[in-house]
Amino acid sequence: MSEKLEKVMDIKNFSFTYNGANKPSLKNINLPIYFKKVTALIGPSGCGKSTFLRSLNRIHDLYPGNKYEGEILLKDIETGDMENILKYKKENELIKLRQRVGMIFQKPTPFPMSIFDNIAYGLRLMGKKNKKFLEEKVEEALKSSALWKEVKDRLKDDARGLSGGQQQRLCIARAIAVEPEVLLMDEPTSALDPLSTLAIEELVTKLKEKVTIVIVTHNMQQASRVSDWTAFMYLGELIEYGTTEQIFISPHEKRTADYIAGKFG
Amino acid sequence: MRLIINKIILILSTLAAILGLVFLFWILITLTIKGFASVNLYIFTHDLIDNGLRNLLIGQFILAFIAVLIGVPLGMIAGIYLQEYSFNNKFATFIRNLSDVMMSAPSIVIGTFVYAIMVNPIGHLNGWAGAIALGIMMLPIVVRTTDDMLGLVPKELREAGVAIGAPKYKVIFNIIIKAAKVGIMTGLLLAFARIIGETAPLLFTSGNSQYFTLNLNHEFPSLTVAIYNLATMPDKHLVDIAWAGAFVLTLFVLIINLLGRYIVKEKK
Repeated sequence: MSEKLEKVMDIKNFSFTYNGANKPSLKNINLPIYFKKVTALIGPSGCGKSTFLRSLNRIHDLYPGNKYEGEILLKDIETGDMENILKYKKENELIKLRQRVGMIFQKPTPFPMSIFDNIAYGLRLMGKKNKKFLEEKVEEALKSSALWKEVKDRLKDDARGLSGGQQQRLCIARAIAVEPEVLLMDEPTSALDPLSTLAIEELVTKLKEKVTIVIVTHNMQQASRVSDWTAFMYLGELIEYGTTEQIFISPHEKRTADYIAGKFG
Repeated sequence: MRLIINKIILILSTLAAILGLVFLFWILITLTIKGFASVNLYIFTHDLIDNGLRNLLIGQFILAFIAVLIGVPLGMIAGIYLQEYSFNNKFATFIRNLSDVMMSAPSIVIGTFVYAIMVNPIGHLNGWAGAIALGIMMLPIVVRTTDDMLGLVPKELREAGVAIGAPKYKVIFNIIIKAAKVGIMTGLLLAFARIIGETAPLLFTSGNSQYFTLNLNHEFPSLTVAIYNLATMPDKHLVDIAWAGAFVLTLFVLIINLLGRYIVKEKK
């Protein structure tokens, strides 16, 4: 790791409490997200890794009453300043945030429209109407998500007719079409077969040339295969964070070592 | 002993089912025999004044169609509010319960209500009142269908829409409603089938007319009310027309219902 590391997000003293819960689900998390790197969040079920991921684009705001504390800083590409996304109040600001921080879900979520329209949807929301421009962008996004060859002759077909793995790659294409700075992936392969999983993992490795990725996974092999940095979470706290190599080969914390060795989780 | 009880219950429930079906088929067969004999081209090309059904069929459809124009948008907006915007607060629970109560309200009560607010003040029966009464009947069914069908759309799809940067209303209108389209369409068809055969809400509101008219400010022709009136006439010919009307109406409702089921089967 001789290259210079640049932070694209920086999470400071972050806590999160669900609506109606009497204690926070995430406690005092401090974590940097490095530019064009893959950061993996690992930990047993219920440790808060998905809750944390979902805070990074404030998708929790869909449901009322959730409480964020601390700071989540996101780098402004133009000025280079770090801006606290938890300060955003207006819907406009949140929409911008989500265009900059995209998200892939556990289950594929194709919209009920054609393959083309699925990918053009985000672009059209940004006001891009030019047909030629959209066509180019859709093709580009499908090519970078390794789906172009399979679907180029049926762009007008309903996206829900694709296989699960194809649907997930379509969702990735949809997310990267709007050129986000950060892509959040919430266990993106847990609903897929091994071959589709492999395709997605290869895609992640390829995509990090363009976009910073934060991936939640319960599959430790996956974390070790695709990520550069790994954060181990347990019971709502960040136990250990380091390069993937360090976490997997010489963890400092006993709990990390135990989890990685499969003693619990 | 348990085996015997099991057998007895099996026999009893089978008998009950057969009894129910017997009456259903009895009704359908009587209707077909008596109705079919009186169905001919003449009744579709002449109005009630000339012993035909034309004005009644058209009138019934116009009433039901206006009811759809009232009931569907209102009911769908309410259903969208309940499922997408209310977060199941107390007000939403109240509206849901109220809507369910309204669904089981006797149709004659709705007819009387509309009579009180729209016929009494104006001073005479009118088509608008009939259409509104049918619209009110339809409303809770549409609310319930929209609410339930939107509820079946996985929440991940809403999150995915928001995550791509769509405002909430666009997520609802471009994605969620499209995903629930088949279910909602089926529900709307069934709601339509439900109101097209209603008599009680029309009895005191739009009444009936023997003539062809498109003027909703006056009494308006209605097939169901006509059947009700004709069936009690002493003249056998008029009673036959009532049978024919009943047969045609049943056929319509049946077709709409089958269409609803067909859509569900095709799309799922």
